[in-house]
Parts: sequence; C-alpha cells; structure tokens
Amino acid sequence: MLLNIKDLHVEINGKEILKGVNLEVNKGEVHAIMGPNGTGKSTLAAVVAGKDGYEVTQGEILFNGKDISEMAPEVRAQEGIFLGFQYPVEIPGVSITNFMRTAMNEIRKYHGQEPLAAGEFLKKMNEKQKLVEIHSKLKNRSVNEGFSGGEKKKNEIFQMAMLEPQLAILDETDSGLDIDALRIVANGVNKLKTDDNATVVITHYQRLLDYIVPDVVHILFDGKIVMSGGKELAMELEEKGYEWIKQKVNG
Amino acid sequence: MRQQKKPVILDKLDAWLADANQSFSPEMQKVRQEALESFKEIGFPHHKMEKWRDTNLTEALSFDYSLWTKEFNTSIKEEEIFKCDVHELDAFTVNLYRGRYVYKDQPIFEMDNGTIVGSIAAAFEKYPELVAKHFGKYHKEGDVKAFDLLNTALFLDGLFVYVPKNVKVEQAIQLINAVGREENAFVQNRNLIVLEDGAELTLIHCDDSYDYKRSFTNTVSEYYVGENARLDHYKIQNLNDNSYIVNSDYFHQERYANVSTNKMMLNGGIIRNEVYNKLNGEGSESKILGLYLADKSQHVDNQVFVDHAKPNCESTELFKGIVDDYAHAVFNGHILVRPDAQQTNAYQDNNNIILTDKAKINSKPFLEIYADDVKCSHGSTMGQLDENSLFYIRQRGIGIDNARLLLMYAYAAEVINHIKIETLLNRIDDMVKKRLRGELSICDQCVLQCSSPEYSFEIDMDKID
Ligand SMILES: Nc1ncnc2c1ncn2[C@@H]1O[C@H](COP(=O)(O)OP(=O)(O)O)[C@@H](O)[C@H]1O
Ligand SMILES: [Mg+2]
Repeated sequence: MLLNIKDLHVEINGKEILKGVNLEVNKGEVHAIMGPNGTGKSTLAAVVAGKDGYEVTQGEILFNGKDISEMAPEVRAQEGIFLGFQYPVEIPGVSITNFMRTAMNEIRKYHGQEPLAAGEFLKKMNEKQKLVEIHSKLKNRSVNEGFSGGEKKKNEIFQMAMLEPQLAILDETDSGLDIDALRIVANGVNKLKTDDNATVVITHYQRLLDYIVPDVVHILFDGKIVMSGGKELAMELEEKGYEWIKQKVNG
Repeated sequence: MRQQKKPVILDKLDAWLADANQSFSPEMQKVRQEALESFKEIGFPHHKMEKWRDTNLTEALSFDYSLWTKEFNTSIKEEEIFKCDVHELDAFTVNLYRGRYVYKDQPIFEMDNGTIVGSIAAAFEKYPELVAKHFGKYHKEGDVKAFDLLNTALFLDGLFVYVPKNVKVEQAIQLINAVGREENAFVQNRNLIVLEDGAELTLIHCDDSYDYKRSFTNTVSEYYVGENARLDHYKIQNLNDNSYIVNSDYFHQERYANVSTNKMMLNGGIIRNEVYNKLNGEGSESKILGLYLADKSQHVDNQVFVDHAKPNCESTELFKGIVDDYAHAVFNGHILVRPDAQQTNAYQDNNNIILTDKAKINSKPFLEIYADDVKCSHGSTMGQLDENSLFYIRQRGIGIDNARLLLMYAYAAEVINHIKIETLLNRIDDMVKKRLRGELSICDQCVLQCSSPEYSFEIDMDKID
C-alpha cells in the first residue's frame, strides 16, 4: 500500500478539523476526495505534506509503510509525495529553472543519485513543458510570478511532471480553470499515470471527473470520510447535491 | 549620567593637520585650517542628535588611531596592490591604500579624449581652477556635518575624475580603497568626480580590507553631473568586522542628468552611508539603490536625502536588507520637494528581512513636500521570510537551508539585478550567495579567505620618507 491513513485526528490552534480520517491508496490508483468547502480537504492534504501548524492528536500516516508524521516536508517530498497547491505561491526572483533544478537534484541526492547534467535537465524541461502545453518561455520566469490562475495550475502539473512523484495530491487543481485549461491539466495527470504511482485529486466539482476517471471516490464531510464508492458516487453527488450528504450523515 | 570618554584622537588633530597640510597650497591650507576649527566647535556627532540617534560611534572612535600623513611618493610592486577579482572586469583601476594614492608611474592621467583620472591631491596642483570650481560645492545649504569638515581638514588623497563635454568614457573607472596590514588606521578619503554636459561614466568604488586590522574610514565623494550627463555608480563595501566607515556621497545633477547609484553593503563593523542628491535641473533622474547584509553585531545605517529643486524630475530609492543575529540596520530617507518642483515623481522604499528576534531595524521614511502637483510614495516593511513560500519550496524537496537561501537570494536579487556591468553582476551575485551562506566573501586576494592570516606588509619602507 502506498498511502495508509489511519484514524487521523488533526487540530489547528486547538480546534479539531479532522476527526478520524481513514484512507488507503494503492499504487496505480486514482482517488478523488470531494466535499463541501471547509470540511478539511486542504487540511488533509497539508498534513500529509507536512505543513507546520497542524497538530496530529491521534492516528497515523504511513507512506510505503513508513510513518511519516515526524518527517520534515522536504523529506516527505524526497520520499515521493507531491502536493499540487490550491493556491500556488508566487516567488519573485526565483526562476523556475533554478527552482526545479535545485529540487530535482536534492531529491536525486536523497536517493544517492548524481545531479542531472544541465543538458539533460533542459531537455526534460522542454519535454514536460509540452505535456502541459505551456508555450511561453518558462525558463527565465520567476515561479508563478504574474501567472494567471490557469498558468499557475498548469505550472503545478509541470512541476509534478518534472519531479515524478510516487504520490501526487492535487488540491482543487481544477478550480478557477476554463474548460481548455481543465482539459490540459487533466490530460497531463492522465499521461503521468503509471502502475507505480498514485494520484489523489481533491475537488469540489464533479466536472474534473469527466476527464480524470477515479478508481475510488471519497466524500469528506465535517472532518471525516463519510462515504466511499466508485465513480458513480461522484455522479450521484452531482445530482443530489451536498444537502443529500448532510441529511444522510445527520439522519 | 556617565561621563563619555573623550576620543583620544581629538588631541592629535592639530598635529595631523600640520603634517597633512604640507603638500597643499596656502589657500587650501587655510580652508583646511578653518574646517578643523569648525569641526572642533561641533565635535563628533553623538546619539542625542536626531540623525545619529540609532548609530553610536562612541566605541568606534575610542581607539588610538593614526592618520598616515607620511609622504608616500613611490610606486609599489605590482603584486602588492590590492587587486580586484571581478573576473574580466574591464576597468581603469585607481588604488588607494589607507586613503593614500598608490600609483604606478604617474599620479594623474590625461586621456586622448580629455578625460582626466588620478589623484585628487595631484589635481589640486595641476588643475586648480577645475577643482576649485566643484570642490565642497554640493552640500545642502546650511547643513554642516562634522565628518565633512574633518575630511576637508585632513584628507590626504582620493580619486579625481574629469570627463569633458559629450565624452562617453567606454572603460569603467574603478576606485579601490584598501585598509589593513597596520592596526588602527584613520582614513580620510576625498573624491571628486566631474561630468560635463553630455558626458558618460561608469564608476565602481570598492572598500576592501586586507585582513582583520581595525580602521576608521571617513570618505566624502562629490559628483557633479552636468546637463544630459549620465553617471552609473557602484559602491561595494566589503570590509572586516573591525572596520568602521562613514561614507558621504553628494550627487549634484543638472538638467536631464541621469544618476544611478547602487550600494552593496556586504560586510563591515559599522557602515554609515549618507547620500545627498540634488536634482537641480529640470528633467533629471536618479536611482538610489542599496542592499545590506548584516549579521553578528554589525551595524548598517543609510541616510538618504533627495532634494527635488526643479520640476519634472524623478527619483527612485530602493534599499533592501537582510538582518541576522544581533545586527542592527537603520534607514532614514528624506525626500524634499521644493515649491518649484512641480511634476515631481519621487519613490522611496525600504524593505527588511529580519531573521532573529535579537536583530533590530529602525526605518524612517520622511516626505517634505511644498509643491502640489507631485507623485510621491514611501514604504517601509519589516518581516520574516514568508512561511507559505518556505513550505512551497520545501514541498518540492528542497531542504530548509536551501529554501531560506533561495528566498533571501531572490529578495536581494531585486537590487543586484540593476547592475548593468555583467562581470560585476556575476561577481556580486556570487558574493551575495556566499555571504548568505554565512561565509565571508571578501575578494580572493584578501587573507580573510586565506589559510595563512599572517601576511606581511611589504611596501618598500625605504621609499617612504
Ligand atoms: N490556519 C488555519 N487556522 C484556523 N482554522 C483553519 C486554518 N486552516 C483551515 N482552517 C479551518 O479548517 C477547516 C477546514 O479547512 P480546509 O481544510 O481548508 O477545508 P476545505 O479545503 O475542505 O475547504 C475550516 O473550518 C477552516 O476554517
Ligand atoms: Mg481547500
């Protein structure tokens, strides 16, 4: 099993946000996590990635069988976890080239590999840039600086393509995208899929799932996964709305 | 209140003046004598003065300094001269050691195009009218500064540059002022740079140390930038932690003159930089930039006064700093827009990253505006490295140290990237990266990087009388 989250309870500033989440993701699978705003989807993603400010009060997170809850975010990334941010950060002055090169080489170093030669690296950049249909000259641009919403999301998938993580968690990568950008992003994710990796897409809307077909759909509600099922579940949710979940949970 | 100890050097000033005066003309001797008298009346600045509230020189001034007044009229072996290691920098270099002019075969050069470069002391002799026309002329009216008076009284030498009308000097001129090798050097350096109408010049001014020896440097530089003339100026301050420096730059601009001045404050015990920039002609423009990196107990203080005297001028100030450990950074920016100066654009920004809770920043922007049709802005920020950015970078697999470095470097790059000389840009880039990694990045020749710190001073003493 790639990712195994067991009875995860998480607090922010003493307030419990995740109230016992269980999630199992195997290699080769695509999972979707859906749910209304404010139920803890981004919190779950951030805790797996190791962001500060979240207190795990109970439960555990295993990645490839290893407990990662004490690991620094960079170590988790080096282990193969990638988070596509809901709000990618602009970093003026840091070029994408420098950023990706540093990241790749640190990851390679962690796995005892030599740094990638400059030529190979640039070749890879060009290749992956095509995958997400970024046509502008990325090389000298600063990370996300002055990017449109769509460009930022494409850039997340570009980085994912460069770093080839084993587990990618994409937090609302679809929100704010027009249909073209959505197609490009979904296409990128589909092409990156292998038998050895897995993707968790967090989304508020069903429409992304027209492009990325999940093996499992989970519904996160009030800090817990209240329902899991096949891709039909997403359609049922789309039809009946989140009120339906609310009633089911409360009733 | 505890009695402040009087600096011991106060008792040496008269003797220094007597020694230092010999090579100057009787008129100049009189000017220097008067300057010293005025200095004695006001004395060294102290922390009760508004402009010195955040910078205390008491300790820096307490040592038994010596001014190197001995005549020094010889050439130094090529290998003894402090060489700059900006690779492939194509520059005409002038060396000063402890404020004395180190010349190779002659003190002052006259180029084919009429440009004059060399020792200011020599210029006083050789071009007295030219010097007199500009020397000591570009201070703010009524503003008397102790360190300027002291400099006028005691300076021994410095750089003189004259660029005739419409001459564009292709090669950059570099001034290297080195200290060290002997303990407790008191350095009074005076520079005068004159750009006639339509002239263009790039000037790089480096302050360097040979070693860890203590020094106190007081530099005054005056720049006259005539109509449509263009000055591209860089200052690199990279001294040991036992160096104290008070540096004053006076930029006087006529119509449509353009000045860009960029300071890299990389290292030093106390660095105090003062800029007075007078936009004295319609349509003139200035860019005043600075980057300071301070750690340990270093102190960096920038005082910038931009004087908009005529309409349609534009000034842009950007000072950025990263302050670590117990270091202390001060910024005081003053923009004056005089009643005449309509359609002024004046911008001022001071941004600080503060890395520890022991580091300290005092930042004070100040606008004084007497015209009504102006665009002015000022801003001052203080903050830590952005947590969200750090997490974003680390999430990509980059360790915390490198993540911090990337962010700090990116922050500094906004200032560095204004450097127009590529070789200099690359070198500074490198020095800043090293510096941010916590290494000293003094020029290669300097023993601060060498394994053997005992490097003897080998100027041929026989030739010093
Ligand atoms: N830094 C924070 N401090 C306090 N509360 C937070 C913080 N981040 C998220 N929350 C709260 O946690 C809950 C879940 O938020 P989030 O995980 O962003 O939800 P979702 O991604 O499902 O919309 C919300 O009630 C939100 O207000
Ligand atoms: Mg969210």
